[in-house]
Amino acid sequence: MTAPLHVPRHSSEAPAPRPPQRQRKPRKQRGPAWLAGLLLVSPSLILIGIFVYGFLGWNVRVSFSDWKGLSPSYDFVGFDNYTKLWHDERFRADARNLIVFTVVFVVGSLLLGFLMAMLLDKGVRGEGFFRGVYLFPMAISFIATAIVWRWLLDNGTGEDTAGLNKLFAAVGLDFLRSDWHKSDSMWAIAAVALPAGWALSGYVMALFLAGMRGVPETLRESARLDGASESQIFWHVVRPALRPVMFSALLIMVHISLKAFDLLYALDQGNLRIDTPSLYMWFTTFDGGFYDRGATIATVLLLGVALVVGPYVWYALRTERR
Amino acid sequence: MVRATAVVPRHTQPRIPPPLTAAPPPRRIRSPFVSRLLRYAALWALAAFFLMPVYVLVVTSFKNPADVSVTRIWELPTSFSLTNFGEVWPKLASGFRNSLSLAIPASLLSSLLGCANGFVLSKIRFPFANVVFPLILFGIFVPYQAIIIPVSQTMTSVGLRGGGDPSGGLFGLMLIHIIYGLPITTLIFRNHFVGLPNTLLESARLDGAGIFRTFVDLAVPLAKPAFAVSIIWQFTSSWNDFMFGAMMTSRDSWPVTIALNNVAGGQAIPFGQAMAGALLVSLPTLVIYVLLGRFFMRGLLAGTLQD
Repeated sequence: MTAPLHVPRHSSEAPAPRPPQRQRKPRKQRGPAWLAGLLLVSPSLILIGIFVYGFLGWNVRVSFSDWKGLSPSYDFVGFDNYTKLWHDERFRADARNLIVFTVVFVVGSLLLGFLMAMLLDKGVRGEGFFRGVYLFPMAISFIATAIVWRWLLDNGTGEDTAGLNKLFAAVGLDFLRSDWHKSDSMWAIAAVALPAGWALSGYVMALFLAGMRGVPETLRESARLDGASESQIFWHVVRPALRPVMFSALLIMVHISLKAFDLLYALDQGNLRIDTPSLYMWFTTFDGGFYDRGATIATVLLLGVALVVGPYVWYALRTERR
Repeated sequence: MVRATAVVPRHTQPRIPPPLTAAPPPRRIRSPFVSRLLRYAALWALAAFFLMPVYVLVVTSFKNPADVSVTRIWELPTSFSLTNFGEVWPKLASGFRNSLSLAIPASLLSSLLGCANGFVLSKIRFPFANVVFPLILFGIFVPYQAIIIPVSQTMTSVGLRGGGDPSGGLFGLMLIHIIYGLPITTLIFRNHFVGLPNTLLESARLDGAGIFRTFVDLAVPLAKPAFAVSIIWQFTSSWNDFMFGAMMTSRDSWPVTIALNNVAGGQAIPFGQAMAGALLVSLPTLVIYVLLGRFFMRGLLAGTLQD
């Protein structure tokens, strides 16, 4: 960076005749004030620059190479890997799985989270308890979550009926019995939305609850004075105020869903019915040695996340500046 | 894994305010008793849903291994036994040690760097700040698949990956958690400092303190709550991480999640042990959550769009 001229930024700093105190200032000013600040953040900026952006670029470069096996190869092959991926049956199935999972999981956890926030919003006895219970799965690793749910989603039949199916049978809801993620249907992965929603819908609740509580009471009060009913107040006052929360919750959940890895990995490793691009990337790269294909899948994933998150970051920063 | 939270907050520490106590009764006249009954029924049904796996976990773990059977996971134990824990602990003990020795320094260092970043980004006018900050923020969301090949190559070539390294890859893994934790810790601290009045820092500057002085003497002590949020957040994500650990470490240095996955993965393993293991591995983060839940909550809400 070239050293810029020191242009005072505050108009008060630079009256044409300098005020005399300025020379008595105890601190010697070497360079602009932000230079020391830059020094303070530079380790992090360099690390993020290299390990995030440098590595993203490196990965994209690998996706244009023919690197297979342990020793890197960077021979440029253009978009070959991308066209191959487009015709790759496993990748197509994975993409379909991911879409099914994302839709079911995101819609489900948003609805559930919103419902929980609505139930808690008005203040109920034991709110802290309920909030804690709905949210604690966030503190638990997906590996532990998957281990429990693996048995809850057991698909044994007859004598071997176990898990949720057993519970359904015990209360006379046998028709709810399901093979869950082991079923033959292409919707099998939708069953994973259950543990994923269990883990994360408390998060959505927290977002919505904070949003609802953020609506100033004076607004509700004045609507009430105007004769609005509680449901009208919700629709015309609270709902519009929740739009940005809705937006954040949606994008956060979508991006978590695109990245989902541990839960699927630990729930039923090797089950192609619940395979997704992020798992495919992992196995093809580190087990198969197809670094070129792995990097290509990763780049596609990155593009997906950037499409979802990029506008969000931009929007959030713009709102903040206003 | 990082359960990334979102973006930029307009205010400092988002938190959920308590309900307003003096809320006037709703105008609509539906039997208040029935609607309250419905509300509490729904709340308890949901609580049952969230506690169901915990019930299965606890009940199965304390059963005598002879009584453990997949088809009877809902039944209360007829005997009390710690055998499952006793048998699974030796398989997880080194994982606990590894994860602790990794997650504690990683969360402290990442938070310290994040504090410096948050301080500078919120309090010092900075050329290109409005380019730098979004770039840091986007780092929260990057899918780790998109950097893991370069990370594995770099770590291998500097000798920090797996068996080639005396720590079995743990040191490299710690560096990874520090570096990829920076975006979220920066955001947490920046949110905190944005809410502090500039006059405080202004007066320190008039007293002749440089930026480093101001940072060490004023900013760090003022940021104690943000440190709690950030350290808890980072500790939880490092403890729960799976992917980087699987890529970086060799058998002796497996973090606890990988040890657990290997204990519980095989069908040959008695599932009473798998349950006991899952319970043990979840305990540290659960204890933190129960004791310091409000900080955990703020980490979650760090930077959403609302107040």
